[in-house]
Amino acid sequence: MRGAKSATMVIGAIAIALTATACGGGSSSSGAEDGVVRAWWGDPQNPLEPANTNEVNGGKVLDMIFSDLKEYDPKNSQAYLAAADSITSTDQQTFTIKVKPGLKFSDGTPVTASSFVDAWNYGALLTNAQKDASFFGNIEGYSQVHPDKGQPTAKTMSGLKVVDNLTFTVKLTQKFSAWPDSLGYKAFAPLPKSFFTDHAKWLQQPVGNGPYKIVSYSKGQSMKLVPNPYYTGAEKPKNKGVLLKVYTDENTAYADLQAGQLDVDDSIPASDIPHVKNDMAGRYQNLPAGINQAITFPLNQKTWGAKGMEKVRQGISMAIDRASITQKIFQGTRTPATDFTSPVLGSAGGYSTDICGDVCKYDPAKAKELIKEGGGIPGGKFTISYNADTGSHKEWVDAVCNSINNALGTQACLGNPVGTFADFRNQITQKQMINPFRAGWQMDYPLIDDFLQPLWGTGASSNDSQYANPDFDKLISQAEAEPDKAKSVALYQQAEKLLVNDMPSIPLWYQNGGVAWSDRVSNVTENPFSYPVFYNITVK
Amino acid sequence: MPDTTNSTVKDQEATTLDAVAAVTPAQRDAPRSLWNDAWHDLRRKPIFYVSSLLILFLIVISLWPSLMTSTSPYACDLSKSQLGPTGGHPFGFDTQGCDVYARTIYGARASVAVGIFTTLGATILGSVLGGLAGFYGGWWDAILSRISDIFFGIPILLGGVVFLSVIKGGSITTVVAFMVLLGWPQIARIARGAVITAKQQDYVQAARALGASSGRMLLRHIAPNALAPVIVVATIALGTYISLEATLSFLGVGLKPPTVSWGIDISQASTMIRNAPHMLLWPAGALSITVLAFIMLGDAVRDALDPKLR
Amino acid sequence: MGRYVIRRLLQMVPVFLGTTLLIFVMVYALGDPVAAMFGDRAPDPATAAMIRHQLYLDHPLWQQYLHYMGQILQGDFGTAFDGQPVTQLMSSAFPVTLRLTLVAFAIEGIFGIALGLLAGMRRGRFADTGVLGFTLLMISIPVFVTGYLLQYFVAVKWQLANPAVADGAPFGDLILPGIVLAGVSLAYVARLTRTSVAENSRADYIRTAVAKGMPRRRVVTTHLLRNSLIPVVTFLGTDIGNLMAGAVVTERIFNVKGVGFQLYQGILRQNPPTVVGFVTVLVLVFLAANLLVDLLYAVLDPRIRYA
Repeated sequence: MRGAKSATMVIGAIAIALTATACGGGSSSSGAEDGVVRAWWGDPQNPLEPANTNEVNGGKVLDMIFSDLKEYDPKNSQAYLAAADSITSTDQQTFTIKVKPGLKFSDGTPVTASSFVDAWNYGALLTNAQKDASFFGNIEGYSQVHPDKGQPTAKTMSGLKVVDNLTFTVKLTQKFSAWPDSLGYKAFAPLPKSFFTDHAKWLQQPVGNGPYKIVSYSKGQSMKLVPNPYYTGAEKPKNKGVLLKVYTDENTAYADLQAGQLDVDDSIPASDIPHVKNDMAGRYQNLPAGINQAITFPLNQKTWGAKGMEKVRQGISMAIDRASITQKIFQGTRTPATDFTSPVLGSAGGYSTDICGDVCKYDPAKAKELIKEGGGIPGGKFTISYNADTGSHKEWVDAVCNSINNALGTQACLGNPVGTFADFRNQITQKQMINPFRAGWQMDYPLIDDFLQPLWGTGASSNDSQYANPDFDKLISQAEAEPDKAKSVALYQQAEKLLVNDMPSIPLWYQNGGVAWSDRVSNVTENPFSYPVFYNITVK
Repeated sequence: MPDTTNSTVKDQEATTLDAVAAVTPAQRDAPRSLWNDAWHDLRRKPIFYVSSLLILFLIVISLWPSLMTSTSPYACDLSKSQLGPTGGHPFGFDTQGCDVYARTIYGARASVAVGIFTTLGATILGSVLGGLAGFYGGWWDAILSRISDIFFGIPILLGGVVFLSVIKGGSITTVVAFMVLLGWPQIARIARGAVITAKQQDYVQAARALGASSGRMLLRHIAPNALAPVIVVATIALGTYISLEATLSFLGVGLKPPTVSWGIDISQASTMIRNAPHMLLWPAGALSITVLAFIMLGDAVRDALDPKLR
Repeated sequence: MGRYVIRRLLQMVPVFLGTTLLIFVMVYALGDPVAAMFGDRAPDPATAAMIRHQLYLDHPLWQQYLHYMGQILQGDFGTAFDGQPVTQLMSSAFPVTLRLTLVAFAIEGIFGIALGLLAGMRRGRFADTGVLGFTLLMISIPVFVTGYLLQYFVAVKWQLANPAVADGAPFGDLILPGIVLAGVSLAYVARLTRTSVAENSRADYIRTAVAKGMPRRRVVTTHLLRNSLIPVVTFLGTDIGNLMAGAVVTERIFNVKGVGFQLYQGILRQNPPTVVGFVTVLVLVFLAANLLVDLLYAVLDPRIRYA
């Protein structure tokens, strides 16, 4: 009988455990809702504040729910006035911005000059710990609200002044003629009063002034957006809404797409690209995006930064068979790089097919020669570091190393996987990288300045290689101050030529954005940031 | 006289004493221990020979891969990426254009070494700790069980990432050490359970009553009988360890190049099933055959050792 | 028995402390998580310092640990870096993983024992070899390969199931991932049962029962199974923990937003509250499962007594 009693106790415990799991499971519905586009999504890393988002998953949502002073045309990357009525300046340093009258946030409150000024002050203030704060860095007064050390001495930037309900002025610390065209970056978005009065509630369901508004947000799982009834701009949605579904594995998303459970997938796994056009019966598109990939050298290391080593770096660049790799590994979704920018800029914007010249062309004989001239590879061997957890970099790094090894005839190059992205970035920012490492750059806005200054300016915010060239800095300042676009671009390209000579980093290829869609939707394309242009998508 | 026409006892063995005298010479030797008995039994099983030969073959390939192929696994030509079998390259090429046959042969060393050494380490560590816990019980048992609970709790991904970054993992030794740390609690638990069951058998009580010391009881009575479940789990575990090496590579925390292993190749090929199935087929096939060999051997040994299965 | 249970519950406390400390140290050892929050850009030093300060990361390890444990005792498990409280993450992730584990557990228990019984009773014959071969196949193929293969063939090609599990994890969607997750363990269970059954079917008490004229079915269920199940129960008990934490691969392939997914994110982003929070609860689940297993021992085998 003792056994029976224990048995009942045990069975009772198991029953309790079973009922515990029964609750918490909700009903499911990945079935299609009428007129709603189901799209792939990844989990944003940071809270969805405009000045706190710096990766594509958060960026995709901000793109849908905010309309900045300027927006970028999805076809040609040109900036056009969106929430702004006009942006004028007489000296390329102080700008007067007039907001369009009658604009409203999705909660009905009006969009005013204060909406922008308060938002930008919030983003810049150090105690808010916003990760995009440095974008306000060229506004006067930034160093008071965001000092390098210690506490802020002011709460607002002196360079921002509200003139009247719809007008405000911005004073920059130095001339930058193309500054208005950078205002499409989502860190510059306006914010409603509810952001400041009830921050926690705003974070759970962000409110903006863009073409869409969020109706439900289940963190880590999905987000549902519907057209914003108060939106009056050029991006009026042609569908009834978007359902963003979080996938942990892009292979699963692709399987869902094939099975009709997903409508738009912009994260096609590399292994499926060879047959995606077949699988989707042609419903696949691959367009240039403002992203490039490179291998960066740690110039602060005596080995790689020594005088004469630029020949070795150039030689390594010439030992990489970009055409073969982009064809075999990437199935043509990458284009071999010919400069340090991106095709989305267009030639008027500064993109060039010959600035890098022979240095970016595959020439194994010349490569061997140059490397020998420069003094040879330090220690005869080197590694290329990359993060192993996301982004499937292993294949192309191995291919690049194989290409170099075949050209040089020795096992000189080896891939070095680092466990997490965090560890990888730590080693870079703490200058612990002894050997070259992969680097990728996604443009914040389609200006040539964004591809050059933040990466190669002395002490600039993303200068991982520690490149420091006063001639380069001078040319960039001149280019920023120059009001005539063509002259400005010419100056930028002169600076770029210095990069080709010094080769602090090897430009590898431009990355395209690829998107595939089900037969339930049509009119699917991507913009130069490789976000799907959701408002144009129509549902059968 | 009893009717002996149909009995198997011959005429001259009408009494039991005479029957004893007529036993075959082999049986007349001094009584053998369990292990000798097992060895004798093992030698008569064909499966033992098949699996041992296979394992020997694998060990030879692991130690001297150049005997089986002259192609280097590092000679990769991107223009041949993912091509199927052609002359001189019977298994085709992988994404980088490396020869799959060469990589499969050279990969044997890493995978077999990881499997064997991890099993040895985990089994020894686990059986000793778990067996002692089961035998002595009381506080010993509680402490050891709780420690193994803590180890159980460490997620494999976290441990792998820490190993890879802090201890700069990626070599065979670090991966083996990591997998032993992961694997010993499971063996310990099985050993503990088996020892507890064996401890309460009658023959053990009898030995204790006869005055046997703890050590003698453990070694001669409990261990051989508790061994069978441990061996079953250990041989399967060897297979799973070789498989686990592949999963660690899939998660990004396993062996690193320039080590060549089946795990690395399988994890890369698993998403290429549609385009280039040969990339997956051969390393996965090699892995399956290896696991098969070890389990067959384990089965044969277990059958030979367990007197209850005669 | 009651005193035994209380003793075991008390022993959970040092395990809890030991595990939290160990995991905390391990995540700390991975390094500073702040740089990764800025993506491919270098972090602005002032902002990075402010974030570190707000996350209590500018204190030494032992202080951080004490601070964290203090918060836990007040019921605050901390927040993940995207602002979500860890308790919220746990309340959405654990039920999902529990459901998946239960499905896998049921599959491995029912089919494993059934196959093992079949093989053990027909030892040496075709059924036995068949089961052995099948289990061998399941062991030798790594979990992610079976996962991708099954997903492709069953869900995409033959359209018999959904490739991904919908939010909220309905049981229907969980069958395919459950099979994948249960695979290797099913092999273990089948083999263990087979061995145990083969051993016990030659025992004297079985022969007696048959000789007594007991119907075969009753012999199998009342005598054979009950005694053969002890090593199997041990294994099943340890396996619950395995299934829950090891589901990280299966959850990735089938898009199950469970514990594995959250742990994966937490580890990659080096976020101690998430990782420690989840692992701690996982460990408590193991301990509870182990306790249940030990109690079941006593139910199955009356010779085992707990003081």
